[in-house]
Order: sequence, then C-alpha cells, then structure tokens
Amino acid sequence: MIRFLLRRAFSTLTVMLVLSVVVYLVFYAAPHDPARLVCGKGCDGVRLAVVRHKLGTDLPLWQQYWQFLHGLLAGRDFDAGTDVTHCSAPCFGYSFQTDQPVLGMITARLPLDASLAVGAAVVWLLLGIGAGVLAALRRGGIGERALTGVTLAGMAMPVFLVGLLLMMVCCGYLQWLPFPSYVPLTQDPLAWASNLALPWLSLALVMAAAYARMTRSALLETLAEDHIRTARAYGLGERRIVLGHALRGALTPVITLLAMDLGGLLGGAQLTESVFGFDGIGRLLVESVNTIDLPVVVGITLFAGFFIVIANAVADLLYALADPRVGLQ
Amino acid sequence: MTSDLLEVADLTVDFGAVRAVDGLSFTLAAGRSLGLVGESGSGKSTVAAALLGLHRTSGAEVGGTILLDGTDVQQASDAELRLLRGARAAMVFQDPLSALDPYWSIGAQIAEVYRVHTGSSRRAAAERAVQVLDRVGIPDAARRAAAHPHEFSGGMRQRALIAMALACSPKLLIADEPTTALDVTVQAQILDLLHELRVEHRMALLLVTHDLGVVAGNTDRVLVMQGGRAVEHGPVAEVLGAPADPYTRELISAVPRLDARRAASSVAAGEVLLSVQELRKEYPVATRGLFGRRERLAALDGVSLDLHRGEALGVVGESGSGKTTLGRLLVRLLEPTAGRILFEGRDLAHASERELRPVRRELQMVFQDPLSSLNPRRTIGDAIADPLRVQDRIGEPQARTAVGELLERVGLPADWYGRYPHEISGGQRQRVGIARALALRPRVLVCDEPVSSLDVSTQAQVVRLLAELQREFGLTLVFVAHDLAVVRQVSDRIAVMRAGRVVELGVADEVYENPQHPYTRQLLAAVPVPDPVVEGDRRVARAVLASASAVQ
Repeated sequence: MIRFLLRRAFSTLTVMLVLSVVVYLVFYAAPHDPARLVCGKGCDGVRLAVVRHKLGTDLPLWQQYWQFLHGLLAGRDFDAGTDVTHCSAPCFGYSFQTDQPVLGMITARLPLDASLAVGAAVVWLLLGIGAGVLAALRRGGIGERALTGVTLAGMAMPVFLVGLLLMMVCCGYLQWLPFPSYVPLTQDPLAWASNLALPWLSLALVMAAAYARMTRSALLETLAEDHIRTARAYGLGERRIVLGHALRGALTPVITLLAMDLGGLLGGAQLTESVFGFDGIGRLLVESVNTIDLPVVVGITLFAGFFIVIANAVADLLYALADPRVGLQ
Repeated sequence: MTSDLLEVADLTVDFGAVRAVDGLSFTLAAGRSLGLVGESGSGKSTVAAALLGLHRTSGAEVGGTILLDGTDVQQASDAELRLLRGARAAMVFQDPLSALDPYWSIGAQIAEVYRVHTGSSRRAAAERAVQVLDRVGIPDAARRAAAHPHEFSGGMRQRALIAMALACSPKLLIADEPTTALDVTVQAQILDLLHELRVEHRMALLLVTHDLGVVAGNTDRVLVMQGGRAVEHGPVAEVLGAPADPYTRELISAVPRLDARRAASSVAAGEVLLSVQELRKEYPVATRGLFGRRERLAALDGVSLDLHRGEALGVVGESGSGKTTLGRLLVRLLEPTAGRILFEGRDLAHASERELRPVRRELQMVFQDPLSSLNPRRTIGDAIADPLRVQDRIGEPQARTAVGELLERVGLPADWYGRYPHEISGGQRQRVGIARALALRPRVLVCDEPVSSLDVSTQAQVVRLLAELQREFGLTLVFVAHDLAVVRQVSDRIAVMRAGRVVELGVADEVYENPQHPYTRQLLAAVPVPDPVVEGDRRVARAVLASASAVQ
C-alpha cells in the first residue's frame, strides 16, 4: 500500500513536470508576444521593454521556466519596478492580463466545476447503469428501448444543444426552474441544487450512453460466467444472482471510466460552462489561451493534469478494493 | 419403480438443429451411484445440466420426462425448481475456480446457499459453512472460510465446491467431471472424499466423466454415451469387464494401461546427444516490504540428465513440478538461470538467438494446446511450411510438395494445405503440430503434453503415430505428460519430477513395477484403473499409503 502510494506520488510529479515543460515550450514557440498584447495600442519600444521585463518574457526560455519551477516549489519574488511582491510556494505566478494570482483564480472557480462534475456524475451513473442493466436483462423490452433511445440521443447531441433545449423548455416555457446561475453550496444548498439541475442533466445525458453500453456488455459477459451457472444450480433467485453476483463483477470496469471522466471534468467543462453562463475553469482556460496569458494556461493545465493522474491512482485503488484478486502494483 | 430417486425417460435436448441428447432413459435409486461416460460431444454434461432444469435460460429445447425426488423437472415452476436445486440435488462442476464467484469469500458463498434453502440466521449459516468445509478436509476451516477462491489451490477449491454441495444435505449429488482439472494425486483424494461422503450421508451420485478409471472405482452402474445416445448401460463390472457394444470395447481398449509393458523398445540408444547439468530456472515473484528483496521462485531447481540418441524419455510430474519448464529449456525456448545445456558438446545455455538459429532445426517441440499454438489466421499448410521457408529458403512449389508429404505422413489428406485450424478436429490439429515440428527433420523432438487435451480414442492414435515416427526418423523423443499410463506407452526411460527436481530416473518398466521413491509410489497408486475390483483394492492401498506418510 505504502509502496503503491509512493510510486504513484513519484509518477504524478514526473507527469506534472513533463506537462509544464511541454506547455512552456508550446507557448514560447508560438509567434505571439504577450507583452505587446498587455501593452495595448500606441505602445512604444520603451514601454514594451518595461512590460516585457515585468512579465519576465525578456529572459531566455530556460530562465523563465526555472523561475516558474522555483516559485512553485519555494516561492518567488516579482519585481514590478517600483515595489517587490513576494509570492509564496506554491506560486503559479500572476496573470499577465489581470495581475491576479493564478492559484486564486483557479481555486475560486474550483467549487463550481467540482459541483458540476460530481453532481452530473451521480445523474449519469444512475441513468447509465440503470439503462445498461435493463438492456442486459430485458433485451427488446419497452423500458429498455426508451432508456437506450434517450441515452443514445443524448450522446448524439452536443451539450450546447441539449443544454439550450432544456433551458428553453424548463426555464422558459414551463418555468419549473430558474435560469441557472451558480450559487455556492455553503450559501444555500437548495438554490445550489436547483440552479445546477439543468447543467447536471445535460452533461449527464451526454455521458450516460457510454456507461450504459459498458454496463450492458460487462453484465452480459458476467452473466455467462461459470459461477453464475453455479448460483443457478444452487437455487438462487434471479434478483439475487444479478444484484449479488453479476453486477458486482460487471461494475468494476465502470470505476475506471468514472475516475477518468471525473478527473477530466474537474479540469474544466468548457461547453457546459459556456452554455449556462458559468464562469468556470474551462472558460478561464479558453480566454487565457486567446490572450496568451501563459501563467494561467500553465496553471490550469497542471491542475487538470493533476486531477487526471490522481483520478487514475484512485481508480486503481478502488479497483483493488473491489476485486480481491487484484493487488496494488 | 417409484422407489427411484431419479427417473429419466426418453430425454432429448436440442440446441437449434443439433440434437445433443437423443432419447436417453435411466433410473438412479437413493444412495446408489451411476457413471455417465462418454467422449467430448457425447452429450453427457448436457444431461447433467438438464436434471436440474439448467437449460431453461439457454434456449435449448428439452423433451421427455425427468422425475427427481418426486418433482417433475420439466413441469415444475421456476420457484419449485429453485427449491430442488442445491437442496435436494446439488451439483459439483469441473473447473472449481470459475465455478465460484471470485468476489465473495468461500464461506459466504456456502452460507448464502444454506440461507436461501433453510432461511436460517446469518450466524447459523456461517457456522454451517465452516462445518461442511471442515468435513471436506479444509484445514483450519473457521479461518479459511474467509478466503476467496483465488487463494485456494485447485484441490481445495474442489473441496470447497463439494462442501457447498453438502451444505443442505442433498439426496443426489451430480458431479460433472469433478476431477478433470486436478492433478492425479489430488484427483484420488477428491474421489476418495466423494466416496466417503456418499457412504456417510447415503447420497446418490451421478458421476459424469470421460475417464473409465474414475468410473470404475466410484460407481455401481455405468451408462456409456456416444453422440447423445446410450450405447451400453449396466453394472460397472459387466460393462468394463465384458463390454457388449463395439464402441464401448473400442473405448476401453483405447485407455492406456498403467500395467502394460511397452510392446517394443525403440532404436537401441546410442551416445549422449543432449545433456543438461544442474539446470536452474527462476522466476521473480512478489516483493515483500517496501525495500524488501525481490523473491524468486525456482521452477526448475538443479536438474541433470542425459538424453541418448534415439531413446524416448518420459517426463512425468504434477502441475508445478517443472516438467514443462524442463521441456522448453531442452529446446532453448527459455534461457536457464544457471546450469548447462550441452548439445553435441556445445553449451546452448546462454547462446544468442543468432547462434541458436542453426540449432533450432535440430531441436523441435510439439505443444500442449494444438488450437492456441497454431495461428488461427494462417492455413495449416502455411503453418507447416513456415519453418521450411525460414530455414531452407525453399520456393513455393517445393514447400507445397513438402507440406503434402508431411500431412500424409501424419495421417492427414495431402491436399489440406488451405484448411484453417478451426476447420479441423483437435486430434487433427495435433497432427498438424507434429507435422510442423517434423518439417525440418529434427533430431530431438520434445512433446509437451501432446495428448492431454484429446479424447482417449484420439489420444491412442496420436501416441501410436508418435511412436511410429520416432522409429522411422530415428528421433530422440522427450515426452512430457502428467498421465503416467500414457507416458509408459512411449518411453524407454522415465524421469519423475516434483517441485523442480527429478526425484526418480530409470528404465521405464523398473520405475513402474518397482518404484523406489515414495512420491513415485504415491503417484502410481493415485492413477485410476478401469477395473472396479482393482480400484477397490487400490483405494485401500491409498489409505494405507496416506496413513503411513501421515505417521512419518
């Protein structure tokens, strides 16, 4: 167990390091000058040099990267010419555009994306696994066809279409729900849920089909195994066989898929955020890329990468807990 | 006869257009035992499943009547059937690993069955599970009940499955090839256990098996099946002693006999051709602790032996004895951890692939599973021609001619070049494997369990073919197998292996008739013999041997 955690921690660090190098290389190789953008119209050579110095883009690439790394691990000082700001570790730097600390920009938006991802995951798990189990057990039934239809339609439609349609119907015509705007959970749980209900549903509809398909095939596979025949031969009822023996084996692969999807969504769900007008991490990333706001882009990339690597480790851990035959490697 | 526990009349089972069981009738009285014997595809397992109505969910069509302990299996509702299954008639399956749920502990699975049928408390069910596990000989049953199936050995798993069958004290035990996946000494233990339990609980036993030896010692009556029909049915001593039906006769004569001396020895053995010295092969296993040393398992633990030109060496042992590892090392498919492999005076132990290439034509191998050792996407002709193309760089017409000759030599039609492995039977596939190994005219042929996946009658043919080819090509043959009777048919000398070592090595007849090592004796005593009288004596002998080794 300790060996597993240590090894995972090490590989996480390696992945983060490689990611940061790649992002730096890509952005500095790009033929844009962030200083010129910050400096704005009517910018002369002197002012441009000042801005460049302030942003640190006047230094060679490797020095910039070294400073970034130093800030991340040990903090760093920013010299704005007139005064010096200290940014303590872990320091992701300041946004080129807004001068805000990057870490704060991300953590401020994290509750929104976490609420969105986790809530949607609950909905799509219920929908996907339910449809998958029905599909495996009652092939060709009405309930199965309806659920499969809904999940397939959901997958076929992009989230902005589903989201807009849902908003039009539920908030516009029927006025069941308010037009979504994010309310923190700690502030008002009920408002939090009712505002997020539509984003959850539209995101879940897009994701559920994959889960339904996976559950269905895994369950059919498990139901054909020898130990299910044993359970039948010993007089166990069908409900007991499916819920007690087959489903457990069938759901282990779902763990891996879920961890990957959740890890991905925590790094931002651009489309969903945009449709519902949420100011989340995904939207911030798109804006930062457009304005070549390097510190923010690097920060979000590292965060997203971190979540995915961690989600993977958690998936392996859960998998080992769920299946007694699997050890932690 | 209303006193019969089980009455089957005119049973038919159809899978679509295929009739698997065709008009089978038999009865089984309480406390008695019946053997259902047949080769693969004879429908014997299909019958076993039909008795508990297990075909209901499979889409097969079952006709005729099955009366089990007063319940008409065909007419009963699903709920009535469930009351029967496991409670009054319990089933033991062939592969105990896949037959148990990998996610549940052994104890929990047995307790669940007991609770379903008795409605007892969780606590009482758990106690019952420990009780039956103890009865079937699981040591420290109270603690081991919490173990999962993968933590048990094959024999222990089969014991656990028998414990599950025993949990509700059924009147009928249906055992479908219960020992086929087990080693011969473990098989003997399991069969002896079944025998004991049957006597103790007055259970009736329906034993489904391909092995006439297993039937001989464990059943009162036997029913021989072929192609879904009963060809012979009667008391076991009569059927095995004086078979009336030609198929039964053929089946019995095909069974290799442990006590039959080999007809003619092969070519007089010449000088030493291949010699291994202090051969060792280790594999890394789990690492213990954070910075612990990587532990290593020795699959082969210091084996030395000489292989003489033209001789046939039989290597026998149970699973895990290292016999397959030795076989693969002999042809240098594996690289040894230590030791020497001398072929014509050259040490091949650590030779590079390039150095080995010319030697490869001299050392060939026939593998156990003829289906998985042939590429399913290539024709059998290409499979046989590949070694010729690689080593001799011959043209296509010559390759085709050579393949035709080889196919004919192993008893297959010469024009089968374009067939695919899935289009031919298991025995034919093994013939292809042999033809491929012979293509380069090797001097040493190592056969790793070449017949263990084949039916007895096919087995006999392939063994005969190997013996013929050995003589004809002057081959030096190494025959690796777990079946002692089969090995005796082809071997001049025998090496008995256990836990990576050779415990006994000698002339075949001496090893079989006057075994020196206690393990060899134990192994020989465990082999089932298709003769009920002999088997009865052997059961007693096994008990004596077991108690003797217990005293030691």
